[in-house]
Amino acid sequence: MAKLKVVHYINQFFAQIGGEEKADYPVELRVGEVVGPGLAMTQNFKDDAEIVATIICGDSYFNENLETAKAQILEMVKEQAPDIFIAGPAFNAGRYGVACGTIAAAVQEELGIPSLTGMYVENPGADMFKNQVYMVSTKNSAAGMRDAVKKMAPLAVKLGRGEKIGSSAEEGYMPNGVRVNFFEAERGSQRAVKMLIKKLAGKPYVTEFPMPDFDRVDPNPAVKDLAHAKIALVTSGGIVPKGNPDHIESSSASHYGEYDITGVMDLTEDTYETAHGGYDPVYANEDADRVLPVDVLRDMEKEGIIGELHHLFYTTTGNGTAVASAKAFADEFSKKLVADGVDAVILTST
Amino acid sequence: MVKEIERAGIPVVHICTVTPISMTVGANRIVPAIAIPHPLGNPALDKDEEKELRRKIVEKALTALTTEVDGQTIFE
Amino acid sequence: MRLEMGHIYIKDIQFAAESKIEDGILYVSEEAVKAVALEDEKIKSVSFDIAKPGESVRITPVKDVIEPRVKVEGRGGIFPGVISKVDTVGEGKTYALKGMAVVTAGKIVGFQEGIIDMTGPGADYTPFSKTLNLVMVCEPIDGIKQHEYEKAVRFAGFRVATYIGELARELTPDETKVYETCTIKEGMEKYPDLPRVAYVQMLQSQGLLHDTYVYGVDAKKIVPTILSPTEIMDGAIVSGNCVSACDKNPTYVHLNNPVVHDLFEQHGKTLNFVCQIITNENVYLADKQRSSDWTAKLCKMLDLDGVIVSQEGFGNPDTDLIMNCKKIEAEGVKTVIITDEYAGRDGKSQSLADADQAADAVVTGGNANQVVILPKLDKVIGTLDYVTKIAGASEETLREDGSLEVELQVLTGATNETGFNKLSAR
Repeated sequence: MAKLKVVHYINQFFAQIGGEEKADYPVELRVGEVVGPGLAMTQNFKDDAEIVATIICGDSYFNENLETAKAQILEMVKEQAPDIFIAGPAFNAGRYGVACGTIAAAVQEELGIPSLTGMYVENPGADMFKNQVYMVSTKNSAAGMRDAVKKMAPLAVKLGRGEKIGSSAEEGYMPNGVRVNFFEAERGSQRAVKMLIKKLAGKPYVTEFPMPDFDRVDPNPAVKDLAHAKIALVTSGGIVPKGNPDHIESSSASHYGEYDITGVMDLTEDTYETAHGGYDPVYANEDADRVLPVDVLRDMEKEGIIGELHHLFYTTTGNGTAVASAKAFADEFSKKLVADGVDAVILTST
Repeated sequence: MVKEIERAGIPVVHICTVTPISMTVGANRIVPAIAIPHPLGNPALDKDEEKELRRKIVEKALTALTTEVDGQTIFE
Repeated sequence: MRLEMGHIYIKDIQFAAESKIEDGILYVSEEAVKAVALEDEKIKSVSFDIAKPGESVRITPVKDVIEPRVKVEGRGGIFPGVISKVDTVGEGKTYALKGMAVVTAGKIVGFQEGIIDMTGPGADYTPFSKTLNLVMVCEPIDGIKQHEYEKAVRFAGFRVATYIGELARELTPDETKVYETCTIKEGMEKYPDLPRVAYVQMLQSQGLLHDTYVYGVDAKKIVPTILSPTEIMDGAIVSGNCVSACDKNPTYVHLNNPVVHDLFEQHGKTLNFVCQIITNENVYLADKQRSSDWTAKLCKMLDLDGVIVSQEGFGNPDTDLIMNCKKIEAEGVKTVIITDEYAGRDGKSQSLADADQAADAVVTGGNANQVVILPKLDKVIGTLDYVTKIAGASEETLREDGSLEVELQVLTGATNETGFNKLSAR
């Protein structure tokens, strides 16, 4: 059988061009080159497939120039006419995950070329695209590369050959809303007994049918009297007083910060910075108002447009932070906000 | 986080760049931002222009907070 | 209660002049079993046939599947309140003929009966392709009402199974297994550190031939109650069901209930198997509320730590399942539920009619809407007259080459919700 032709998409980091400071790296096509994770992918393809070209794009560039970047990449993929398009894996890098999902879905949809990507289940790109394109579930950091390509390579070959794809449990892709039958090694009653024993012992277990997520919160009524309202600021952009006194982690934050801005009219380079490790910190460090608009709200407070800017703000880093911990943080500080008589919240994210 | 704040009974507006993520996370009032590293700013502009831009976004956020919404709404 | 189960392995079934079991071979006198079946005047005629695993045989429309058993020691007899007199069963000694089944077939309701294929893709899904089947096709007398016919066939099947089971009374089992549960107090003392676990079995009781019987009592008329798990091994619960074939529990499944057997495997090791709780799936909301309230109440009164809940059927019983799960969890008792799915032929639809976040541990028997092509087989036992009308089939089912395009729904026991099979879905 002839080798399947693969086009591989990766970001500036995995292409070893640079980290956040190079996140604005524009789209680049390298024909005949296997770059970074492509090497591991190639090994796992054995003789079934080969990477004929690698497309590299900075994460910020992609997300901020979405339409242009998408069009450029589609054009490049079209030209190469591969049998399969692979993006990532993106692990828990949020913007990379969104980019991988966006472009893999676009290639599949617009060019009709089967596509595959991979990322960590809590990557925002996962929820956004797992139902549109096969997405292999990976660990939350690049340490899971070996494991990820081991699942992605064979699935890519199957997709490229148009073979029947088994269930998510067999193939390793994230459940995509399409239920597929397969035979387990044990009968259902045995699986149930084992699951119950784990559940009773407080050990992790995996349900075979996750209940549909109806977790939506109804919007609260609008603020009636803005001129007398107390507004609080919250951010997942990691804005902290200079020096990060509470050592909020740049990624996978284990706690949040609560800081007093009484009398602070403007966040300056000398007083505030960001602890966030997921985006280029230069701009936020230069002027933290770009993430947490204290200066503007102070003006509005003076002009009587809003009643008052709450004297405390809450901050954490959204980057790689588990949904469950973010939820726990917010649960806690929301109670404080209620107790402090806050009428409305502006939450900013990067 | 946005859902927990809403759940606590406080109206909340989410200012963010990648609005589809905000939709997925379940925010009800959403205002698009400029760019990931500077959601409420633009280093290419001079100081005053930049602050004016930030004010526009905050004004939009306040409009969102004073507007009754039925479900998830993006205030363009 | 302590029950000794003696297994006698049946390697072959043959028609012969005299009924007997010798060296693992069941010899059946056709004349004798016909006479047993025809004891009921509502049955006009009956024909017997044998279907073996791997043969090119299709059995349809299948009503029930029954494993022959005989009670050799202890109170009562097999199928109490149905064939034997009412007496509490579940202790003493019982023999079962393993590797075989009595299968009843006939047109009864037609669209609510199933298919058993002994070979091909269909055989992968129905567990009864692996048993040697003694099939009886019953014809009713003229002018009989559907529910009378159902009852006549149901009883005829039990009579024949009991007759076959009796042939084993004097044999020595190939293998013996002992199942024993403690009383409440004994269990507390004997296993103070093990979690207390019960099995909540929901019984199909929607009426209109969707019924289950407990000691002869129509399950829609019961309130939830407790059983010693060994009682079912003597036939305390039997099927009277004409409902979608894939996820109704034939009597064979009740006798061999896999949840009961797998919980016994762990009894005294990782858990204390306290009891079985049975409840129903009625059509009135008040009944659903009362039954799920009571099930949860029993779980609490028994100081349980965990339960496995199994469903039977689909649609509105999904609500009973979720109500049970929610209310039991609310009592602080952990649940694992077993169900199956109707996610559409493409697998994209909502699998269950009801859902709740409390149901965070689910085992599935697979998507019953999955399409499977059943090739034409050499021999049909029963009739193909109703094959396009069975639930899960359609007018397009019968294809030009004689093969059938159907959903798994049509295959008896394919997506069983007591966890009888290995089929699952993700």
